[in-house]
Amino acid sequence: MTKAKSGQVALNAPYLLWAVAFIVVPLIFVAYYAFTTADGGFTFQNIITFFTHKQYMTVFWRSMLYALWATLICLLIAYPFAYCMSKVNMSSQRMLMLLVMLPMLMNLIVRTYSWQQILERNGLINKLLESIGLEPVQFLGNAGVIIFGMVYNYLPFMILPIYSSISKVDKSLLEASNDLGCNAFGTVRRVILPMSLPGILSGITMVFVPCVSTFYISRQFSDGNIKMIGDVIEDKFYRSSVPDYNIGATISLVLMLIILISLAVVNKFSDGDDESGGGVVI
Amino acid sequence: MSKENIIELKDIRMSYDGETVLDGIDLTIKDGEFVTFLGPSGCGKTTTLRIIAGFESQDSGDVFFEGKNINAVPPHKRNINTIFQRYALFPHLNVYDNVAFGLKVKKTPRSEIHDKVLEMLELVNLKGLEKRKIDTLSGGQQQRVAIARAIINHPKVLLLDEPLSALDLKLRKDMQVELKNLQKRTGITFIFVTHDQEEALSMSDTVVVMDKGKIQQIGSPADIYNEPKNAFVADFIGESNIIDGIMKKDLLVQINGRDFECLDAGFGVNESVDVVIRPEDVDIVPKDKGMLEGVVTSVTFLGVHYEIIVDINNFKWMIQTTDFHDVGETVGLFIEPDAIHIMRKSEYSGKFGDYSSYSDELDEMNEEAAEAAAAEGNADD
Repeated sequence: MTKAKSGQVALNAPYLLWAVAFIVVPLIFVAYYAFTTADGGFTFQNIITFFTHKQYMTVFWRSMLYALWATLICLLIAYPFAYCMSKVNMSSQRMLMLLVMLPMLMNLIVRTYSWQQILERNGLINKLLESIGLEPVQFLGNAGVIIFGMVYNYLPFMILPIYSSISKVDKSLLEASNDLGCNAFGTVRRVILPMSLPGILSGITMVFVPCVSTFYISRQFSDGNIKMIGDVIEDKFYRSSVPDYNIGATISLVLMLIILISLAVVNKFSDGDDESGGGVVI
Repeated sequence: MSKENIIELKDIRMSYDGETVLDGIDLTIKDGEFVTFLGPSGCGKTTTLRIIAGFESQDSGDVFFEGKNINAVPPHKRNINTIFQRYALFPHLNVYDNVAFGLKVKKTPRSEIHDKVLEMLELVNLKGLEKRKIDTLSGGQQQRVAIARAIINHPKVLLLDEPLSALDLKLRKDMQVELKNLQKRTGITFIFVTHDQEEALSMSDTVVVMDKGKIQQIGSPADIYNEPKNAFVADFIGESNIIDGIMKKDLLVQINGRDFECLDAGFGVNESVDVVIRPEDVDIVPKDKGMLEGVVTSVTFLGVHYEIIVDINNFKWMIQTTDFHDVGETVGLFIEPDAIHIMRKSEYSGKFGDYSSYSDELDEMNEEAAEAAAAEGNADD
């Protein structure tokens, strides 16, 4: 080994150790628990249990469905928002960017807890409604409010990559499109939308992945009545009276595989265009 | 060539942040003309072009297209297309789809689009490159795609914003010829913006010389060169010696205390004027046979001719001649009456036309600085 090479290895070593200790080893643990019984024997039974028990499957499909809805709603809100944001002057752009990021400075748990306080039966909104003589409304405990919670928490992750890819589109291209007969809408459809596709795809990834594995939001907004796959994993590991590491690890493993597959699908769409993309592809 | 007015600009005024960019532009452009807006960066030529395209709105004044006021018509509804300085080709589309863009927007039938795109690509010598991505093309090829993309829409007017400035010299010369031929063949009115005077003279039917947001002179290339209206035009178009003179009477002008016959008339008696004498119109003769006498201070060999600087009473003349004269030699200058062009005094008098501080290097540096500033200016807007 040359000197330069051994130097490189020495420099990389801390990161390598870090990655092994905190990524590889935990993954091995997850895999180990997923394929063993409570007393340590090898088995496929956990996976069979997960895919055959109705309670798990219901939760699994519910998580997928809610995450898809939340991602779609985020996209529908974020795209026009990011487009308008790229159109205003530079100082307003910075201001809007700050406003988008501001909630992210607070911890997700704190934010979610605050919303629970605002929305609950004796919360801020219902008190206001009562004070003007209206009936209180049951906000919490349904699918809509959980999806709202996810949209609220993850919207910035959709806005930022889309905004960054839209604002990268050269202004002269918009003029060229205009010059060739496109009105503002046509220009969005024929130039801005296709050119910001990488931003849209990374936004979708960055929202869908945390949404599908959400746990805290659903528990707080439904008083534990509507469970998502993340809640079930949490239960199995430490909330239930009899922890079941094996099934918990199995669900985690399946969820990871699902996320990897969806990432592969998204990357397939953006192939060849990775350089022109905006934002982050995880 | 028909003589209909296609574009008319009436007293166009415009300012950015309190700075005047266009200061009363009046201009008529005839159908089928090749018109060039020529001027240094910041003279307002690109802004004028963008107002015609509809990308900018003037503060006051009117734009007419075929006699109709189009102030309120957005760019996509004007029968005008643009070739942008850096082409502005769509990077997400291939060559074919870039060229087809305008027709697709107009919902032209597929088969018709196909035929027309292939016809256009053949016209600009890009046959066979339909499927290529834009970033795999050379500068010259991108230029051709931009041309095809614009003229496939059969615009009445084609605007070209310094389209050749990104090409190297050889390619630029070729493209000049091609553009000129294309204009003749299609009969489309071309409005071409450039800061390169040679480009303007060689391609245009009409040159519009601009500076400081004003039109300095409109005319044919020969008029602009031979009969410049003021010192700015004389200096910007080619080299010129601009000397203070006094018009003694019609057809007689006094320079350096000596009377010269000339062909100009209509000035006041003893009116102070600017006299333009082109470097190639001065003959160097033995000192006793000349009309003026001076000392050679510098000689530069330029291949076809020598560029000789002669000092006469502390005013440095530039003379282009095929005969060699050495530095330090005292020579005589002989000037024919038709080599003398008289201009009225203007705000530009005394600013141009003396080669005292002349050096090629300095000139080039200034030009480069101006180009860099222009590029920056474009990046800003």
